[in-house]
Amino acid sequence: MSDTHSESVRFVRETSLPPAEPPVAERGIYKWGRENLFATPANGALTIVALYVIYLVLSGTLPWLFNGLWTTNSLSECREVLDGRTGGCFSVLTERWNQLIFGFKYPPDQYWRPMLAFVMMLLAVAPVLFFDLPRKMLIITALFPFTAYWLIWGGTILVPLVALLGVVVGYIVYSRLVTQNFALGFFGGVAAAIVFWVFGGWIVDSIGVANPMLEAVPSRDMGGFMLNMMLGVTCVSLSLPIGIALALGRQSSMPLIKWMSVIFIEFIRGVPLITLLFVANVMLAYFFPPGSGVDLFLRVVIMITMFSAAYIAEVIRGGLAALPKGQYEAADSLGLDYAQAMRLIILPQALKISIPGIVNIAVGLFKDTTLVSVISMFDLIGMIRGPILASTEWNGVYWELFGFAAALFFVVCYGISQYSQWLERRLATDHR
Amino acid sequence: MTTLTDPPGSTFRLSMLLNDTRYRSTTLQVIAFILLMSAIFYLYSNLATNLREAGLNISFAFLGTPAGYDINQTLIEYTSQSSNLRAAFVGILNTLLVAFLACIMATIFGVIAGVLRLSKNWLVRKLMAVYVEIFRNIPVLIWILIIYALMTIASPSPRAFRGDDATASMILDGAAITNRGVYVPGPFFTRGIGGEDGSVINWLLVIAVLIGSFVVTRMVTARANATQEATGVRPNTLWTNLAIWFVPIIVLLFILGLAWDIPELKGFNFSGGLKVGAPLIALWFALSIYTGAFIAENVRAGIQAVSKGQTEAAAALGLRPGRVMSLVVLPQALRVIVPPLISQYLNITKNSSLAILVGYADITATLGGITLNQTGRAIECVLLLMAFYLAASLIISAVMNVYNNSMKLKER
Amino acid sequence: MKKSVFIGALTAAGLMAGAAAAGTLDDVKERGKLNCGVTTGLVGFAAPDANGEWKGFDVAVCRAVAAAVLGDASAVEFVPTTGKTRFTALASGEIDMLSRVTTWTFSRDVDLKFDFAGVAYYDGQGFMVPKDLGVSSAKELDGATVCVQTGTTTELNLADFFRANNISYEPVPVETNAEGQQQYVAGACDVYTTDASGLAATRAAFENPGDHVILPEIISKEPLGPLVRHGDNDWGDVVRWTLNALITAEELGVTSANVGEMASGTQNPEVARLLGTEGELGAMLGLDADWAKRAIETQGNYSEIFATNIGEETPIGLARGLNAQWTDGGLLYSPPFR
Repeated sequence: MSDTHSESVRFVRETSLPPAEPPVAERGIYKWGRENLFATPANGALTIVALYVIYLVLSGTLPWLFNGLWTTNSLSECREVLDGRTGGCFSVLTERWNQLIFGFKYPPDQYWRPMLAFVMMLLAVAPVLFFDLPRKMLIITALFPFTAYWLIWGGTILVPLVALLGVVVGYIVYSRLVTQNFALGFFGGVAAAIVFWVFGGWIVDSIGVANPMLEAVPSRDMGGFMLNMMLGVTCVSLSLPIGIALALGRQSSMPLIKWMSVIFIEFIRGVPLITLLFVANVMLAYFFPPGSGVDLFLRVVIMITMFSAAYIAEVIRGGLAALPKGQYEAADSLGLDYAQAMRLIILPQALKISIPGIVNIAVGLFKDTTLVSVISMFDLIGMIRGPILASTEWNGVYWELFGFAAALFFVVCYGISQYSQWLERRLATDHR
Repeated sequence: MTTLTDPPGSTFRLSMLLNDTRYRSTTLQVIAFILLMSAIFYLYSNLATNLREAGLNISFAFLGTPAGYDINQTLIEYTSQSSNLRAAFVGILNTLLVAFLACIMATIFGVIAGVLRLSKNWLVRKLMAVYVEIFRNIPVLIWILIIYALMTIASPSPRAFRGDDATASMILDGAAITNRGVYVPGPFFTRGIGGEDGSVINWLLVIAVLIGSFVVTRMVTARANATQEATGVRPNTLWTNLAIWFVPIIVLLFILGLAWDIPELKGFNFSGGLKVGAPLIALWFALSIYTGAFIAENVRAGIQAVSKGQTEAAAALGLRPGRVMSLVVLPQALRVIVPPLISQYLNITKNSSLAILVGYADITATLGGITLNQTGRAIECVLLLMAFYLAASLIISAVMNVYNNSMKLKER
Repeated sequence: MKKSVFIGALTAAGLMAGAAAAGTLDDVKERGKLNCGVTTGLVGFAAPDANGEWKGFDVAVCRAVAAAVLGDASAVEFVPTTGKTRFTALASGEIDMLSRVTTWTFSRDVDLKFDFAGVAYYDGQGFMVPKDLGVSSAKELDGATVCVQTGTTTELNLADFFRANNISYEPVPVETNAEGQQQYVAGACDVYTTDASGLAATRAAFENPGDHVILPEIISKEPLGPLVRHGDNDWGDVVRWTLNALITAEELGVTSANVGEMASGTQNPEVARLLGTEGELGAMLGLDADWAKRAIETQGNYSEIFATNIGEETPIGLARGLNAQWTDGGLLYSPPFR
């Protein structure tokens, strides 16, 4: 049987054939294109619509972008050179670069100071954002507020020095007293720092340094994107501790403190930021003692800080609520008091959960710093709408300027939100 | 949270105020109260001193005096002789109008973009991702300025429609897009009840008829459902429903004599028809497209929160993809979407205060802008402004929370 | 954020709150700087140039006051204010004087509790339209769309004018002059209305100024001048008489060029009193004898200030008109220095 069979078969393949290439429509770009772009007729139609939209956008912007001029001195000169072609007059950006970044009144020979402060900020923020960096870098972070203040505002170095020493004194008192009782240590530290500041301020005032190392620059001379950065960084960092306090206050079992926190948070969240800026602009001055010299920048910082503190408090409250009840009970059962439980058990975990939310608030707040242009502060948008568009040379350059502002904000905000997503993945300790 | 209590001590020492859990919370609250009161007193006394020195007082009498300025978009009757209070009401209505319109439009943008972000089409998916990222990461203020500039600079002015060598022309001879706004034909009644002034009554009549039709169609559908339950055969309700919707309203409009008022270039501007002003359009569109990007992310998260098994089960039942989305996925996703959606609606209401940038007469522009400037009553105006926004926010979130509760999973 | 640490300042200021009610003049002298409120940018009146230096008519008035009080025309802190913030800034003491094309009206003087130190510029509200509209009178503007700066007296005058003539219009509120100009050029409004001086400045900036006409009607009186807080009369006197000194200097032929020689040897007793070589006028104001001399030396007299900032030689190109000396048929009439 088997013989006949073997004879009837003339050829037996002993190795398998290499697999044939799939048909053209099933491989490579064709397959990808068919599955991802033209899966169904409706899908295909969508693709064509999308392609058309992309074409429209690109055909509108690319010539404008690539024909753009970067070196003319005024709009009319730029239009002359372009001679009817489509093209952007980006020379407004190069010509007014310093104004866009620093505002129009910061002394030009001092531009290195904010630039240096900016570089320092990157160094100071790095250890906070990336946990793998050496912890020693946190020293830069701790010193940053004082040096940055001195760099940007200038004047006598004694002011930031006194402020720094006040913090040190406060910390020393705190660490002495905290062994007895947290509350005592905390309030004692704060009180010591305040006393030191008052006396230090009085001494600095009476010395009255005649010849400071850095030229003093009043804060109404700040402007441009620098002002947005300053407001964003200052207000977010100030609002973090306040936000934590408010969140804890809202969770507190003491009715008075709870209701104070609730009313504050809900009030701030219920009104638009612009009305709070109006308050800073036209109302707040009446609430300070006459002649106290609280200038517009400081008033705006106060109001924006309150604003972001309320939102951050809500994010942290979410973090606190998300913690399993067992954590609270475990802390209690260890015999920790409230301050210890919060400091050692609850807050580290709750803050970790809240970080992405806090970063979102920070991005939103940074975008909202543009609102100060409505109350006649010359931030990036204020510079564009005010001095630059009003000048005879550049009257009528919209797209270049707004495009630049949009691009600048996009780079910063997109960067931060990408960081937040990275962090979220990084912090995801639940193994899914 | 601390449930421990110390054994009752025989004597009272001062340190017990802070260390004894029985007294501690009272002590802290008393301290907080004193601090709060002294802060309030400090601020108030400063305010009083400053006002006294400046010779000013707090008075709301300016609300009753004539405003003196004109407003370009008024939903209620208003002239420059109306009071400041009325100007504020005009502003409130304008705020509510733009917020309402923007909420609807933003939801539409957001749902479309959010669903398309999960599309199988790679190009569309990426395009929507670009839309969301670009709009979310650039301040809304810049968007408002850009879109307003688009409206006023890129659209033709009414002058371009004039003459034989007109560079712009009307769409279908009925609508015109100009840099002052969009003009469309406006309906009016030639045989309306109560002549000119009775037009509100006519519109109320139309709305009443529409509501009546809605109720009747619901009843028809309910009966059809009942019949289907009982007999298994669903009677065809399509024609009945269409008739109920269209016949009464057409009859009513015919009786009232509906006609269209076509806008027409007269003098400086188009006159007649309905005008939607450029500031309204710019603000409306900018707020919608900006918030739409946020809503898209909420919608995407909501859809992704619905477990894949649901989609597969629906597909196994033989539902087409569109029906799967509308009947199975979206209703479940809504529970996740609605809470963040509420806060987006609140954001729209609050962001509408940026109307001041485009010259739209919302409450911030009338009460907080012109009235404040003209009367110099800064404190009073800002306080009233904040009170309005606070009330609006509280009401919106209350209404939305009621809706949200009714949408919640009913666990039985 | 002055020299003191913030907390220190707050506490100290809180303690001194009662005593701090001293006069503005003393405050300014102690501070060594004059805080002067100006516009956020109106070319010719107050606008920063490419170097960030403030220039303009209103700015010159501030500098003259600083020169008179502090002896240094550059010791001025210019605080840009909008229509909304200007009065609060002044009332709350953030600025010492407001020199911001502000119209002297009854309610601002009486109800808002300010004192106008005089009139620096007599203005009136006008209309500008494109020539091809063929309009020759403001009364033909029925149904027009009008761009108007919000928060100004202009807005109220506009409403009054159209109501009085029983014609209709549609307002397009704009925040700044630049914005109004853009809207007008884009055709988003048919008419642009503001003070006649502003119209002239705006029209001068157009590519073809001849394509636009300024209508003959001037619908309002707009006396613009510097103002101070009500009740601080010493300070009000300083601002008022500095302004008057500039006007008188023109009348008497004292210019920035010849003020030095005039001061050393003059036969005219009023010039001598003005420049402090005779009499005690400076001391009566609480200033030194050379106060007016310094103001004129640094800024020039009224006509020089006018000519360099808004006069016919500048792009703004305004004629003196009502703002000529009374001896030339204008309205400028300073009380005598005696």
